[in-house]
Amino acid sequence: MSTPIVVQDLTKRFGDFAAVDDVSFTAPAGAVTALLGPSGSGKSTVLRMIAGLEIPTAGRIFMGEEELTAKSVQDRGVGFVFQHYALFRHMTVSQNVEFGLRVRKESAASRRARVDELLELVQLSNFAGRYPDQLSGGQRQRVALARALAPRPEVLLLDEPFGALDAKVRQDLRRWLDELHRELGVTSLLVTHDQEEALELANQVVVMHEGRVEQVGAPAVIYDDPATPFVAGFVGAANVLHGQVREGHVHLGAFRLPGADHLDEGVAATAFVRPHDVRVAADQGGDARAVVERVATLGWLARLTLTLDGGETVVAHVPHEELHGAKEGDLIWLDLRNPKAFVRPETAADEGATIAPEEVPAS
Amino acid sequence: MSAVAARDAVPTDLERARRRRRLVRSLLVIGCVGYVAVLLLLPLIGIIRTALEPGVGIVRETLTLPEVRHAFYLTGIITVITVVVTTVFGLIVAWVLVRQRFHGRAVMNALVDLPFALSPVTVGLACVLLFGANGWFNEFFAARGIQIIFAVPAMVLVTIFICVPFTIRELVPVLEEIGLDEEDASRTLGASLWQTFFKVTLPNIRWALGYGVALTTARAIGEIGAVLIVSGLIKGKTETATIFIFTAIEERQTAEAFVVALVLAAISIVLLVLLEAFRRRSEKGRGHTT
Amino acid sequence: MARHLALRGAAILYLGLIVVLPVLAVIREGFAGGLAALREALAIPYAWDAIRLTLITSILAAVINAVMGTALAYVLVRFRFPGRRVLSSVVDLPLAIPTLVTGLMLVSLYGPNGAIGGWLAERGIQVVFTKFAVLLALLVVTLPLVVRQVMPVLQELDPAEEEAASTLGANAWTSFRRVVLPAVRPAVVGGTLLTFARCLGEFGSVVLISGNLPGKTLTAPVFIFQLANQFRPAEAAAVATLLFALAFVLVLVTARLTRRREDA
Repeated sequence: MSTPIVVQDLTKRFGDFAAVDDVSFTAPAGAVTALLGPSGSGKSTVLRMIAGLEIPTAGRIFMGEEELTAKSVQDRGVGFVFQHYALFRHMTVSQNVEFGLRVRKESAASRRARVDELLELVQLSNFAGRYPDQLSGGQRQRVALARALAPRPEVLLLDEPFGALDAKVRQDLRRWLDELHRELGVTSLLVTHDQEEALELANQVVVMHEGRVEQVGAPAVIYDDPATPFVAGFVGAANVLHGQVREGHVHLGAFRLPGADHLDEGVAATAFVRPHDVRVAADQGGDARAVVERVATLGWLARLTLTLDGGETVVAHVPHEELHGAKEGDLIWLDLRNPKAFVRPETAADEGATIAPEEVPAS
Repeated sequence: MSAVAARDAVPTDLERARRRRRLVRSLLVIGCVGYVAVLLLLPLIGIIRTALEPGVGIVRETLTLPEVRHAFYLTGIITVITVVVTTVFGLIVAWVLVRQRFHGRAVMNALVDLPFALSPVTVGLACVLLFGANGWFNEFFAARGIQIIFAVPAMVLVTIFICVPFTIRELVPVLEEIGLDEEDASRTLGASLWQTFFKVTLPNIRWALGYGVALTTARAIGEIGAVLIVSGLIKGKTETATIFIFTAIEERQTAEAFVVALVLAAISIVLLVLLEAFRRRSEKGRGHTT
Repeated sequence: MARHLALRGAAILYLGLIVVLPVLAVIREGFAGGLAALREALAIPYAWDAIRLTLITSILAAVINAVMGTALAYVLVRFRFPGRRVLSSVVDLPLAIPTLVTGLMLVSLYGPNGAIGGWLAERGIQVVFTKFAVLLALLVVTLPLVVRQVMPVLQELDPAEEEAASTLGANAWTSFRRVVLPAVRPAVVGGTLLTFARCLGEFGSVVLISGNLPGKTLTAPVFIFQLANQFRPAEAAAVATLLFALAFVLVLVTARLTRRREDA
């Protein structure tokens, strides 16, 4: 029943500005693919082009064998869930859900059965007669989902579906969507700027930046093996260290980090190290030396703010047991694991160490 | 890229649908513009042509006639009095309606709309019934030698009646929207009721107020049905600009009538520009945009 | 507290004297002779014709305005085209222009000497001094009423609702019919009733263009005017009361309908 989505060379231009520039990827059948990126990366535009709500300047879109590119919105058979729900204000919940079925002129009996089925699926059976303004945000989004699923679409498109909700509701709905997807198995394409959401829900992540695809891969790959500096910095927090490549290492002042074999000799490079990959060395000696500026206790971990010999600031997330007695003011040795090195990007927007918001893993 | 080029060759369903949609849109726009043209734009051009048919000089000739000057003068006086009264009392009523809770508030609200439900001729009739020969108040005023009916006072009264709702209806929604927060803040900072009103409330409602005033002005200038009945049609004494037009047409002085009508039309257009400007400022101030 | 009561008192006095008193006078006079007098008044030659003409033209004008007003509002809010701002302002013109001037505008264009009127006269079609002239005048003066009610509602409408409808398979017309229309219905109804009430009492624009032919193009407001001018206030009051009662009931119904929709 479910089909893959294939996007080829998709481009959307507004005058000289390319909101989407030559984007290609495949969303596998039955899986959840996340389009992840900051605002302005073009991810929503890609989604809307797949739905038919925007016309591409160039490129093709396929749903399985069928080419969608020239089809009108109405004929594409995709389900769409909007960030702000877009429920029909003057219709009840069940009228909203059955809308797509009424358009297809299904009989009243079959409509009623389907609506009941879906309301049970989204756990809102008791709310059938309510109006949208009588529902909470989370409930409204569930109705929106039921409405999109009612006509049995082959593909489900979700545009930042939880963006307008509180953090707690967002988490609950995320979990719930995950279960729903396991049950239904519809090919889903989810647009989000929340990397935690993408990593948790998706089978495949497409990272986008400034209209282009940065990387496509499974969440673990995106996280552990970023292909570009942007992905390294955007997905998960990272310490950013600048240096020069010599003999397969990135040299930063007195220290050097491995992992630069793929870079040319002598180029300026950036190394990314995740805070939880910065560890206090057990003995004297390690990858780098630093002064401990601050130790903040966050539940089961300590967040250390450190200054390297070269003056760079580095943040470490260290479990208490592995602090080895490090205190504020101490000069300690650090192990910097898993560094990812890239050619230093032209745009030096990454002044300072950590360029991504810090993640404190929930305990 | 080649896929796009190949697509252009044959019109797809999607392109046909889009072309059809564009056609429908154009038709709708043309239809609406045509409707407005036939009802307003073309007649506007028509009156300019008809008025200036005897030559542009007719304008000066007409405007120097003593009856015409007096007519404009009278319209001016009535309008000014009406605007002042309806604005001052309109502010009071709007304030009371929005800021106070009491029994009969709904009734007061309905009363404000009442003038909309009455034909102007009915208003004129009411005035006759109240102040005319057998009227309720005739004795009272006649005894004191004050002439109400078939004189300017009656004309002012009916115009005020008709203009009651305008300012109030513009102020109420704005007052409701601004809410009490700013006024409360002002009072906690020590400002008196008057100071709060002039320094905090008034600036917030000034565009809506301006709009109401402009609307009232336009309506007062344009009033005909009621004033016609109560004026007594005494030439040179109780003829407003609109009454002048009416009697001039009846007496076949069409050229003069059209010139005066043209002047009034010009004044209305100026008022309209003001109205639009006030409305836009008012909406911007409240955070809506067109 | 005292200040509050003083303000309220002033408001009550103002409205009471200016608004309530005149209305009471008309009603009392109109019902002075009881219902019999009312029936007698309606038996005056041409009274019923005038009332019927007013009712029919008002209903027609209200319906036409409902459709064209909604269309105009939609075009002004949703479409971009050169001159849109100007059109929006022109639509508001009847709010500012004296009704008598409106009548003269129509006469100058559709009268026997007018550009369109002359052209039609050559083909044997007359516009002025007909029932159609009455309708025409009413349509002009009520042009903004529905548009101004509907436009703010359309502006507030979330375009995402219509997008959602299209993703669910609805074409443009279905989307309009099932998403947009229900949302603007209260505004359209309100504007239509406002139009109707206004048309029932319209004088200035009609009096010059209709010719006021008794039994043919004489409307109720003009009839009342004539009666008042002939010093027949009692009969004038009777007809006026009937007209007023009709309009008042409508204004009440409008208020009730629009409030109920908001509660829904």
